[in-house]
Amino acid sequence: MSKIEDKLYTTRFKVDETPHLKIADQSICKKCMEEHGQPCTIFCPAKVYIWEEDHIDVVYEGCLECGSCRIGCPYSNITWNFPRGGYGVMFKLG
Amino acid sequence: MEEKFDLIIVGAGPAGISAAIVAARAGIKTIVLERGEFPGSKSVFGGVVYASEIAKIVPEFWKEKRIPIERQITDSRIVLMNDDGAFQMGYKTGKFAGDTPNVLSVHRAKFDRWYAKKAQEAGALVICNTCVEEVLRDNTGKVIGVRTGRPDGDVFGKMVVFADGIQSPLTVRAGIRPEVKPENVALSVKENIQIGEEEVNKRFSVKSGEGVTFEILGSQVDGMDGICIMYTNKDTVSLGLGANLKQWMVNKNTPYELMDKFKKHPFIAPFIEGGTLKEYTAHWLPEGGWDTIPKLYGDGYVLAGDTAMLFNTLHREGTNLAQATGRMAGEMAIKAIKAGDTSEKILKEYSDNVMKSFVGKDMKKYKNFGHFLYKNKEVFNEVPEFLGETVEEMLTVDGKTKREKQAKIKKNFKKKVGLMKLLKIAWRGWRAVR
Repeated sequence: MSKIEDKLYTTRFKVDETPHLKIADQSICKKCMEEHGQPCTIFCPAKVYIWEEDHIDVVYEGCLECGSCRIGCPYSNITWNFPRGGYGVMFKLG
Repeated sequence: MEEKFDLIIVGAGPAGISAAIVAARAGIKTIVLERGEFPGSKSVFGGVVYASEIAKIVPEFWKEKRIPIERQITDSRIVLMNDDGAFQMGYKTGKFAGDTPNVLSVHRAKFDRWYAKKAQEAGALVICNTCVEEVLRDNTGKVIGVRTGRPDGDVFGKMVVFADGIQSPLTVRAGIRPEVKPENVALSVKENIQIGEEEVNKRFSVKSGEGVTFEILGSQVDGMDGICIMYTNKDTVSLGLGANLKQWMVNKNTPYELMDKFKKHPFIAPFIEGGTLKEYTAHWLPEGGWDTIPKLYGDGYVLAGDTAMLFNTLHREGTNLAQATGRMAGEMAIKAIKAGDTSEKILKEYSDNVMKSFVGKDMKKYKNFGHFLYKNKEVFNEVPEFLGETVEEMLTVDGKTKREKQAKIKKNFKKKVGLMKLLKIAWRGWRAVR
């Protein structure tokens, strides 16, 4: 067991169609790569943020709702909301 | 459709539910709003609750037939780990078992659900699948209710308890609590690995119903200010790894990668061998301590539990602080609502009560502890490494004289820690916890 996808497979999610996470301005992410090395792509425990050539892909479906990206983005460039009531991660054990 | 209540509680965790049970039992018309599909479905924690606090709300709760307790912790260990080995201390006693429970491992998805039922039995309304999105105020600024994400979802009340957890984007947006800074939280990941009840008993040498906690300091957090844990549940083992969020950012570590390394450590691997991962979770711990506690009250509201950044970093206590402050919030609600005055002036008494209790006193006692750890990362790194290497050197029988070994250890000590530095750390550490 080493891939994050395998880990997240054990966690239950009720995915909403509307993302609860959004990059406010993708051009900032490019700047961030040079200046800060895009920390969200490294510390996010669910690998929600993936750099794809010229933009960040937000795989919000597997978000564990820890909130780290909200305060860990050096530019506060992530618009963070809780998923709608009854949606998002649903822990079986916790 | 406008709903009117005496007391609105945001969040059905240990703080919110404690407040709900206390208030509802006194006849206060109480509603609890929970964003998960059931209480506990959004909750993650290290792994233990404290019997004394639960018993204050539900006396002799452990005697209940369907109580979701995993194990009573009878063996508590501290482990200092280097890359290859581990040095451990522990205390095991039969005193914390049976009818005298102390610390209990639980799964929050089961425990919070059981606890919330107690609130319902007391007469509180517990509404799930409902995210509170906004705080409602009157023209004087007094909090008079909340706006939920449901259509026509405004709920009005005489008082609000914010017990929505450490993240609480709600209170941040409403200007009730400042946004959390990365250096004041620990980002932790946890894995629940199933090995079976018999295997837990055998590998941890405990009886069914009794369990072990390990608090692990050392190289597994790769130089960050952080710790690992290993707790036993009925048929699973919880492995946790957490560190200061600021340091995750600076050190450029990835939580699940460090977790995988931790699981391969020779001390850990045999415990979980052949096990199946049942759940992977992540959460923050409020580690900022005393200085990060926000104002606990305002006009029409109070804050309880993690929302108020209440966590004892040294003793790893959180759920008891949440339950205690929730209970005090419930008692405050009874008094204020019955007197017909939920103004800021009256609710200040809640904050005074928290500060007079063990919650405020312990938080104050360890005021500088979080800062001490943040500034003295050697506690997590060089010191446990050196101790491990020292023990290993003394245990290795290789024909070298003991004097040679001592010289080697001394050299290693100078390189890794140094006497002056160790004395400084010890002095600062003692001052931070005395």
